[in-house]
Amino acid sequence: MKPELGALIGAVAVFTFFAVQSEVFRSARGVANWLDPASTLGIMAVAVALLMIGGHFDLSAGVMVGTTALTVGIVAVEFRQNLWVAIAVALVVALAIGFSNGWLVTRTGLPSFIITLGTFLMLQGLNLGLTKLFTSTVTVGGIDDVPGYAAAEWVFASRLSVAGTEFRVAILWWVLFTALATWVLLRTRFGNWVFATGGDEVAARNVGVPARRTTITLFMTTAAAAWFVGVTLAVRLTSVQANTGIGQELIFIVAAVIGGCLLTGGFGSAIGASLGALIFGMTQLGIPYLRWDADWFYFFLGAMLLLAVLTNRLVRRYAEAAHR
Amino acid sequence: MSGVGGGATQSPPLLELRDVGKDYGSVIALDGISTTVRAGEVTCVLGDNGAGKSTLIKILSGVHRPDRGELLLDGRPVAFGAPRDALDAGIATVYQDLAMIPLMAIWRNFFLGAEPTRGWGPFRRFDAATARETTRRALAEMGIDLRDPDQPVGTLSGGERQSVAIARAVHFGARVLILDEPTSALGVKQAGVVLRYVAQARDRGVGVVLITHNPHHAYPVGDRFLLLNRGRSLGSFAKGEVDRDELTRLMAGGAELDQLTHELERPPS
Repeated sequence: MKPELGALIGAVAVFTFFAVQSEVFRSARGVANWLDPASTLGIMAVAVALLMIGGHFDLSAGVMVGTTALTVGIVAVEFRQNLWVAIAVALVVALAIGFSNGWLVTRTGLPSFIITLGTFLMLQGLNLGLTKLFTSTVTVGGIDDVPGYAAAEWVFASRLSVAGTEFRVAILWWVLFTALATWVLLRTRFGNWVFATGGDEVAARNVGVPARRTTITLFMTTAAAAWFVGVTLAVRLTSVQANTGIGQELIFIVAAVIGGCLLTGGFGSAIGASLGALIFGMTQLGIPYLRWDADWFYFFLGAMLLLAVLTNRLVRRYAEAAHR
Repeated sequence: MSGVGGGATQSPPLLELRDVGKDYGSVIALDGISTTVRAGEVTCVLGDNGAGKSTLIKILSGVHRPDRGELLLDGRPVAFGAPRDALDAGIATVYQDLAMIPLMAIWRNFFLGAEPTRGWGPFRRFDAATARETTRRALAEMGIDLRDPDQPVGTLSGGERQSVAIARAVHFGARVLILDEPTSALGVKQAGVVLRYVAQARDRGVGVVLITHNPHHAYPVGDRFLLLNRGRSLGSFAKGEVDRDELTRLMAGGAELDQLTHELERPPS
């Protein structure tokens, strides 16, 4: 039983639907265009999927993208540091937030939903407050004037030319991270522990799985992914709004669920989450290509989510059918 | 040395309890419990709800330390500080809830927490091929024939799951296997299947502690019977010293059952 099967069928269907009707959509340039939103979303969705398989949510994942992007901007521009120093500082900040989320969840046993909702609101306030404090506006700009920008641009925001069409490098990173996450999940001890911790934490602990460490590592992985996407945005746009990333946390979860992750944990895949992100990207750009009203996008996304949740419910039933 | 059970002619038992007791605050949960577990034998712990069976398991598996008495392993006193210590000493516990993850494949469950790896450094990975093959073989050795080690544990019947859990404990070198009510949630046929694997484990030289409230399951497979009632021992008997009816009568509280039988009898008309 492959978790990503439903998402694969969905992705093929969505692609066919738009490709048949829109010539732009199926052109190389169109593909490069809709792969771009899919890539940054996909990097986050993969990390969020690992966390969901491990049995937890992270509502602060969206705003953390903003926090890291703003940290890069403020440290580099306001404190006049090399961009790489700023990027390193942002990573430390992200990992600290991720650790704090994981530590609080494992220590208190409270639902991660409520803990990370607290983190989400706090970061939202901090993002605005600190940005205003340092820049007296709600934007940090001028990131491209900082030493180290050229190298950072090459790593995070360059374009690769494939057969005359330019693709953003984030697409490559997305594919690499998906492959890495898949390998970790299916072929390492840690991956086995992720499934076990999400499936039944008490049982996992009884056989010696370090469930607490696994959970904290997963929260830190999500934070690291937010850092990567945050840095990508900061370098690409060279200026960052204080409200960046807010509201995205639910989209990450939607992509992971469309990809076959169970809301209750213990089941799902990284490839599935990436396919969920792909469906999102294709729909986001396919709808304007067909000259439809963009409002239909959210209707469509909601329908996909419902369909996915209903399918996932069948999976769970199947696996627990012969219970005793 | 008080010389309980052991003699000069026999090697010391794998595990021996001498006058073990445990209190929870002012409540005496267990008191004066003595019995032995020998290699290749099944010691059954029988008792009704609240008799102290769970407390006894927790002492044997290292979750609790006894407040009184001694625990001897191979004739030497031991004190387990944590479940890991008991496990390292070769005492494996199969709990009622089995510690298995329903959504995960059998082979992933089998090696959960003890995954074999290959490669080094960042390339150290879970050796899935070995794990899958070893699981299939370990189950086959116990006479367990499952269609496919890739199927999720959730699709197995209760009896099959118990069997996999027993095979897992035996595979990982358990010398003493503690089974907590392995047959309680099962039908007659399924319970029979599980008892057959208990006998399998015994025949491979494992000392088995079978905890149950069902004397009909305990009697055919047991070599020694420890009866508990409200935290106290009603005696530890070898198989020859007691028969099934006597066991049932003792378990139900002896005199209490006689009284009940008397009350329930039809009045002579």
